[in-house]
Order: sequence, then structure tokens, then C-alpha cells
Amino acid sequence: MKYTEDDLKKELETKEYEYGFYTDIESDTFPVGLNEDVVRAISKKKEEPEWMTEWRLESYRYWLKMVEPEWANVHYEKPDFQAISYYSAPNSKPKYDSLDEVDPELLDTFKRLGISLDEQKKLAGVAVDIVMDSVSVATTFKKTLAEKGIIFCSISEAIKNHPELVKKYLGTVVPQRDNFYAALNSAVFSDGSFCYIPKGVRCPMELSTYFRINQAGTGQFERTLVIADEDSYVSYLEGCTAPSRDENQLHAAVVELIALDGAEIKYSTVQNWYPGDKEGKGGVYNFVTKRGICEKNAKISWTQVETGSAVTWKYPSCILKGDNSIGEFYSIAVTNDYQQADTGTKMIHIGKNTKSTIISKGISAGRSQNSYRGLVKIHPNADNARNFSQCDSLLMGNSCGAHTFPYIESKNKSAQIEHEATTSKIGEDQIFYCNQRGIDTEKAIALIVNGFGKEVLNKLPMEFAVEAQKLLEISLEGSVG
Amino acid sequence: MSFKDKLLSSYIALEDYLEFDSPLHDVRNNAIKIFEEKGFPTKKDEEWKYTSLNSLLKTDYSVYSNKERNVELQDVRKYFLNEIDTYKLVFIDGVYSSFLSETTHDTLDVCLMSAALNKKKYKPVIEAYFNKAAKSDSLTALNTAFTKEGAYIHIPAHKEVEKPIEILNFSTGNEAAMFLQPRNLIVVGENAHVQIIERHQSLSTNEVLTNSVTEIFAEKRAYVDYYKIQNDVESASLIDNTYISQQRDTVCRVHTFSFGGKLVRNNLNYFQNGENCDSTLKGITILKGKQHVDHNTLVHHISPNCESHQDYKGLFADSSVGVFNGKIIVEKDAQKIDAYQQNDNILIDDNATINAKPQLEIFADDVKCSHGCTIGQFDEEALFYLRSRGIGMKEARGLMMYAFANTVLESVKIPELKVRINKLIANKIGVSLGFEL
Repeated sequence: MKYTEDDLKKELETKEYEYGFYTDIESDTFPVGLNEDVVRAISKKKEEPEWMTEWRLESYRYWLKMVEPEWANVHYEKPDFQAISYYSAPNSKPKYDSLDEVDPELLDTFKRLGISLDEQKKLAGVAVDIVMDSVSVATTFKKTLAEKGIIFCSISEAIKNHPELVKKYLGTVVPQRDNFYAALNSAVFSDGSFCYIPKGVRCPMELSTYFRINQAGTGQFERTLVIADEDSYVSYLEGCTAPSRDENQLHAAVVELIALDGAEIKYSTVQNWYPGDKEGKGGVYNFVTKRGICEKNAKISWTQVETGSAVTWKYPSCILKGDNSIGEFYSIAVTNDYQQADTGTKMIHIGKNTKSTIISKGISAGRSQNSYRGLVKIHPNADNARNFSQCDSLLMGNSCGAHTFPYIESKNKSAQIEHEATTSKIGEDQIFYCNQRGIDTEKAIALIVNGFGKEVLNKLPMEFAVEAQKLLEISLEGSVG
Repeated sequence: MSFKDKLLSSYIALEDYLEFDSPLHDVRNNAIKIFEEKGFPTKKDEEWKYTSLNSLLKTDYSVYSNKERNVELQDVRKYFLNEIDTYKLVFIDGVYSSFLSETTHDTLDVCLMSAALNKKKYKPVIEAYFNKAAKSDSLTALNTAFTKEGAYIHIPAHKEVEKPIEILNFSTGNEAAMFLQPRNLIVVGENAHVQIIERHQSLSTNEVLTNSVTEIFAEKRAYVDYYKIQNDVESASLIDNTYISQQRDTVCRVHTFSFGGKLVRNNLNYFQNGENCDSTLKGITILKGKQHVDHNTLVHHISPNCESHQDYKGLFADSSVGVFNGKIIVEKDAQKIDAYQQNDNILIDDNATINAKPQLEIFADDVKCSHGCTIGQFDEEALFYLRSRGIGMKEARGLMMYAFANTVLESVKIPELKVRINKLIANKIGVSLGFEL
């Protein structure tokens, strides 16, 4: 059958947000509002030990004294923190040993997302720790991992089963009072992932969690803690989609990475939460604090593809504390319609011979605003520190904006820092070239954008790279005027 | 009494001398209100993140000079560009010195702000231009409220000024600590050309804080070439606010040479109000000791088909601090913009600091904008190359510093000034470069 322009038009109209559906699973949801009792109740619900409850309460008290940050280049209606329910968990509570026992409706959700657990298990070799509305439902490949001594579980399980590790590292990279949203998260986090790689172990598979925000009006407060012990290696994947909703949903996650001497952590994210409709109504607020610390000879690499969320406020950072440590940041941020993104990284060079690379690609279309905000800081002792930053922006249409706010601070004479940024649009000659060869404009743009983001897409693990490319195309559909 | 309070009460005293019916009176009153509300900027202001005025504001400055002192020509001769003939506007402790100046009213006006403010003849120009380009940030507002003296330059249409104009501000150290607020207005008519050199110089080691505001208006096809020489003694601080409003087909170039002073803050703002504007901002900064220089530039692209070029080089020795905060804004309708910004820095000593923040805010899609920023050190191999040819370490470094700064120097259009700046650089680097500059 011939594929006509009308077909394409129809497809575009319906394809607006592929993953906008809602799974109806009875949820165990707390009443709205936040106070010390709610914090205590969350802790109790999770059967947490006393020290954890105290830790949460301490964070809550810090949070009360803090004010919402306003410096970011985003404008939005501030969430009412007393109108959010701080806990929601799928009702089918008991843990499953195999996928067959999982609520079929839930499995169907994953199928519609194109992520079949079975397939992933077999083909991709990915252990998936599914987080659906804050509670870990299924954990696979646990056995294989356990053999190597790798701990990969939900953070609540870790609090119960490995309190010594959690106690030692939780809040060391992102302290409770780090910022407004980190404090909030520390007080009310419902679940998240915990990962520990023992000394000298190379994790045999990509660890992956699938986040979803599902219940209406529930904020999602994930807490992730990844510890890579000496000379170990882990690659961690995080991917997200969320159903279409009219009211704004708040997401304030905290991710902490700890790379001990000689360890390497690769952390990849594909974020595709509901960005709101064409008029900028609804959509997820994504206020995330992600930070990693590198000890001697360690390496942390952040890769992110940000296509979703109405408002994004996210700066995955590296503290290069140990000598010879390496930090990397690769990012593609796509904004369309009324989306706003203020994202970037911080590279704090403290140790000698530390290196960092920043590659940031921003694509803005529609009426969106896309900002890169980054900091490169060289401490006086960071001899021979090296940084390379590149921030490129691509603009589509004249109603959107691209902004760059790099901060570069050097206090060491042997440091070498380079920063470059460009802003441009897709060349008419480039599109003409593609058209001439029978590639329609829509496809041509997808092609060019994928080329523009290639340096970052290349850094993604194979399974993600394909998904990410598709996401880029979907996010920019209909943006060409 | 804090310095802010002192200024506010001085303003009340100043008001008695002013004509109440002057339209400027409202402008002044509004300005002092802005200052009263905002106060001096602190590190909490994003624009002042890396520069603190606290240490400067502790000093009890005199707002007016009580005694007048004449300065002998031989004492200040070396600060003039005396190799060539120039128009000169000389101010001593904020007061005009007719003895040292060379003004004109012959076809063009090179005269005084005080005269322009009071004489009827200038009223239309003052009303059309005064305080029209300046932003209402607190320091500019403070200057506006106290506007009294400064340079007034009006070049009529189609006039090519035959020789450069020098604006020199001397402070004599008559007072233990002096606060100066010169206010300059420069209007360059259609198709007119002008070259201006501005310099602030302290003749003693008494503390001086200057809060200067210069407004430059370039009418259609005008050409403005402006040079700022900042080589003051280490007890003098300068906050220089420059606002340039460009109409279509204009070229405005500002070169800033920052070698001296205790704390120097340059707020250089360009507004491109017409098509085909060309804005050039260049600077060389060479610092030693505890000096602190902050370049804060803004190029606001409002109209399409314009260009801007920025090139700032910095060399920082001892425990000096350099700041570069460059902002380019491209408005939605300003298509086909070519905006370029480059900032290169070398840290020479361990305690030196550089903070750079090159910013782009772009709302138009058909633009070419780029910025580059580097921080590094001398190329060891190049040093080795020079030294293997019998050039001493100090001279080799000197040569490299000179070469590093040279790209900015090349675009200085007044040959005598170029020689002068070469000498200043050689002096600052502390080596004789061994060739005729």
C-alpha cells in the first residue's frame, strides 16, 4: 500500500505521545500532605530501622528551613508540596520468583513500551529491577549476580539486609541539606535501587531499572545508590516513560555514585516522561540531583538522553577527589513545544592529574527553552587537571531558545581548560541534499539530528542507543515548519 | 554611617544646587531611588558572583573635593599621548582643568558635561540622549543621580574628526580617599568618524574609587573607535560602565587595556538597534600582585544581519584574579547574526585565579554564534625552542606573553597609541623585548 502524506499526517496526530496510557492497578496511596508523621509513616511502611527514620526526619527538618531554588532558567508553577501524596505502592505486594506471577496488566504495560522482560532476559542479558510506583516488583538475574557477590536490589531491601553499606555511604555524595529537592527526597524517598560491586569484580551485564510514574498525583522520589568497590566495573542503565496526565507530577530523585580506587561506573539514562501537551499543559517536573565521587584512578561516566518532562532541572556531576580520576558527561537534551530544560554538569577537580570531558548537545524546537549550565572548577591542588567542554545547540524555528551558562573557575596554573560552544540551525542545504535523494524533510531532520547527537548516542549501551534514536525522532516530530 | 548612607545624604545636599525645573531633576530623583532600593551589588547578585566590593566600601571616601589643586603640566605630561596632536578633556579630582585641556566648538563639540547640562543650546541633545542607553542597575543609577561633570562630545553628521580625543581623569590625593563619578556623553552623528582614548590616573597613593558612566550613541553609518587604558596605581579602583547604542550600519570598537589598579570592573554593554551593525570588543589584561579585574560584557543583538566580535586575552601572575563574564543575547527577530566570542587566559603563578562565564542566550534560529574559552599555561616546547636559541627564560616567557596578547594589539588603529601600549606591556611583563616595538 502506498504511504501518502495524509497517512503521515494521521500518524503524527496520533503518535503524539506513544507511551501515554495508564495502567489501572489498585494502589496503596497515602493521603496528601507532608509532616513529620507522614515521614515516620513512610519509614514504618518500609519496615525501616530506627536510624533510617531519624535520618529521614533530620532531612525533613533541613527541608523545612530551605527555600525552592529560583536561579534556573525555567519558569513553572511551583508545586504545592502539601497537595502531593508521598507514598504509593502497587498492591500486589508479595515478591515473585518468576515473571509469570506478576500482575498481567503490569506485564502488558511493559509490552506496550516495547520492553518485554522475557525477551530482555534472554536476548539482551539485562537484569531488570522494575520500579513501578516506587516499589520494586520484580528482580531478575539475582542469582547470577549473587554468585559474583554483586548486590543489586531495591534500596529498602538494602536498608534491611545491608545496613552497614547504606549507613556508610548514603548521603555522603549528596548530603541531606545539599539542596531543596535533595532534602525533600532524603525525607520521603519511597524506593529506588541499590547496587554494590565487590572488589575487583567486573559486572557481567548491564544493570538496569525501569522507572515509571503511574498513580495520578503521586510524586516519585527515587533514591539510587551505586557503590563500586576497588577495581570493579559496572554499567548502569536507567530509563523512564510516564503516562499522559493533566496535572503536573513532581519527580525529585537523588542518585549517588561512589567509585572507589580504580573503579569505573558508567551511568546511562534515557528520560522520556510526559512533556505536557501541545499547549504546555501538564507534564512532569523533573528535579533531579545526581552526583558521583571518584577516588584514586576511578572513573565515572554519565550519559543522558533527555527528551521528556515539562521542566527539567538536572546536573549529573563528578567530584574528582582522587588523583588520576576521570569524569565524563555526555548529554543530549531535546525540548519541543513548551518544554523547558536547564541541564548540564559540574566537574570538580580536586585530585592531581584529573581529567574531565563534557559533551552537551541541546536541541530546541517549538516554543521550548533549552539551557546548558555547567561548572568546571579546578582546586589549587589539582595539578595538571584537564578539561574539555563542548556545548552545541541546534535551534528549530524562531520561537524557541538555546542558552549556555558555563562557569569556569581555575585556581591552578598547570590546569588546562577548553570550552567551546556553538549555536546554529539545520542548514537548508543539508535538507535540500536529503530531499534531492528522495528523503522527505521529516526524515531528513531525524537523520541530521541523529548525526548531531552521534557523539553522545555512541556512548550509550547498544540496547539504549536504538531506543534513544527512536525517541529523538518521536520528540521532534511535527516540529518542522 | 555606611558609605551608602553617606551618599544618600550627600544627594540631599546636592539637590539644593540643582534647578528644580530641569527635566533632569526627575531623572536624578528616580536614579537615587533605584540606588537606595538596590544598594551596592553584593556577591549574591549573579552578575557580581566573582567580584566583591566589600573591601572597597569600608573606606570613608570623600564625595566632593574640598580643596582645588592645580596640576603642573610636567607632572602629567607622560600620561598624554603627546606624540600627536589631540583634543584633550582633563579633569582633576572630578573638576575640569581648562589649563590642561584643549576643547573645541568649531563644527564639533568637545566640551564639558556641566556646560551641556546648563546651557539652553544643548538642551535638545541632552533631552534626546542623556540616560537613554544606560541601564538602571544600582551603580549606574548612582552615577546618574550625581551627574555633574564629564566629557560631552557631539560630532555632527558627516564629520570625520581629524585627530583623536583624549579624556583624562586625574586624582591628586588631596583627600585621604576620594570617590569620583565622571559622566560622559558621546553622540556621533550620521556618517561621522571619531577616535577616543580614555584614561583614569591617580597621582598619589591615596585611595580612589571611580564609578564612571559613559554613554555612546552611534547614528547611522557612524564609526566609533574607543580605547580604554587602565594602568592606574594599586590604590585606585575603577568601576567603568559603558553603554553603546548602535543604529544601522554602524561600527563600534572598544579596546580595553587593563594593566593596573586594585580592582577594576568593566561593564561594557552594546545594544544593536539597527541592521548591519558591527560591534568589536577586545581586551588585554595583564595582572600582578593582588590585582582584580572583572570584564563583564553584554552584546544585545536586537536587529537582524549584525555581527559582533569579542576577543579577550588575560595573563595572571602572583595572586591576581581575573574574571570574564561575557553575555551574548540574540533576540527572536535578530536573524542572520554572526556573534563570536573568544576568551583566552594564562595563569602564570599558583595563586592566580581565573573565573570565566561565557554566556549565550539565543532566541533566533538562523544565527551563527560561538564562544570559546581556554585556560592554560605556556607551551613548554615553545619555551624550549626559544631557550635552545640562547634566549633566557625570562625573555622567552616575555616573548610568548607578548605574542599571546598581540592579536588584540594588532587592531589598534592609532600607531602612536599602539607603541605606547607596547611599552606598557613590556613594562608590565618586566622584560625588554629586545626589538623596536
